[in-house]
Amino acid sequence: MKKVYANAAEALDGLLFDGMFIAAGGFGLCGIPELLIAAIREAGTRDLTIASNNCGIDDFGLGILLKTRQIRKMISSYVGENAEFMRQYLSGELELEFTPQGTLAERMRAGGAGIPGFYTKTGVGTVIAEGKELKEFDGETYVLERGIVADLAIVKAWKADTSGNLVFRKTARNFNPPAATCGKVCVAEVEQIVPVGSFDPDHVHLPGIYVHRIIEGPHEKRIENRTTRAA
Amino acid sequence: MPWDRNQIAARAAKELQDGMYVNLGIGIPTLVSNYIPEGMTVTLQSENGMLGMGPFPTEDEVDPDLINAGKQTITELPHSAYFDSAQSFAMIRGGKIAMAILGAMEVSEQGDLANWMIPGKLIKGMGGAMDLVAGVGRVVVVMDHTSKHGESKVLKECTLPLTGRAVVDRIITNLAVFDVVPGGLKLLEVAAGVTEAEVRAATEATIVG
Repeated sequence: MKKVYANAAEALDGLLFDGMFIAAGGFGLCGIPELLIAAIREAGTRDLTIASNNCGIDDFGLGILLKTRQIRKMISSYVGENAEFMRQYLSGELELEFTPQGTLAERMRAGGAGIPGFYTKTGVGTVIAEGKELKEFDGETYVLERGIVADLAIVKAWKADTSGNLVFRKTARNFNPPAATCGKVCVAEVEQIVPVGSFDPDHVHLPGIYVHRIIEGPHEKRIENRTTRAA
Repeated sequence: MPWDRNQIAARAAKELQDGMYVNLGIGIPTLVSNYIPEGMTVTLQSENGMLGMGPFPTEDEVDPDLINAGKQTITELPHSAYFDSAQSFAMIRGGKIAMAILGAMEVSEQGDLANWMIPGKLIKGMGGAMDLVAGVGRVVVVMDHTSKHGESKVLKECTLPLTGRAVVDRIITNLAVFDVVPGGLKLLEVAAGVTEAEVRAATEATIVG
């Protein structure tokens, strides 16, 4: 089965519908599926629920889907860099489910691994645990958190082979592997597609079983907080 | 004179031990890395998926694929390792990270920590802070002792939404150092030039021992 598509619009063809649930990889603007996000904006799909650690900035990343009012709900751990997000949230137009960062990553991992829920100490005694089941194990209290299964996962990797095996680069890996695994379908955008056999199988970060469609494209890879020292 | 940001960071660096894996929060905690004693090996974790965080890059070394949890560009070291967010928090939740040094808006005498939200004002989110305080071996908090208006931020009970309940082990402020112990806070040190009376006057929490 052919996994390589010509561009983001073709790779998303037939996968998008209003009210759908999308899991997106990335941390801040690092390792985000910027081409697929732009294609979702062009497609105009509405009432999206998106699980992503952050929501981009006003004019890049998932922030561009806020501007077009395509997002109904975000499941995130940190949304501090986005003025439009604040405006829509405070006015009640946008729903927000704050999820601690590690709990969000584990919810994706669990969902992809067929685990509907798990217990964690994270958030016990805080607003995050309100309304959720608590359980004691060995004298400590844990809260039940649910696994995430998304209609679609969109991720960014460094390289893919034509069978969908992915290799990530440095901290751009972040949420991409767990997000990829929790999608019923996963579309990956990469900087380079290489023939099968190019990777040492021992060096594959995410096996192609999780990846259904791949596109290659030029990435802007914008830097959010450029910090340097004197040479 | 109360300690300044760098002096608080230098004091917090005394909490480090050779061979430790440590997570440093954003703000004053990040400055702690400038005071790691010569000859001591401390491996810094960045919860977006890296162990062995190096210094900020030179202009030529800047790489958009290499950032810390504050989204700042950084560099790698010879012993660095990368991994995904699920594994990053597995090592946090699993207690493999010996210590986290974090900022605080408020802390209580039970060791409760509030550092993520001011209702109606600030809704940035908790990021990885709730996972860190629930999972790491030891939590050290660095903070200003009082607000801009002079109100104590070292309290009997936190007023802001909590990041974690009974999670803080040690508090380092611009005035003093405390341990959280049964019944309240134990005063361990006072900043040079600050009196114990001044510390007590600026502290709402119960000081014991």
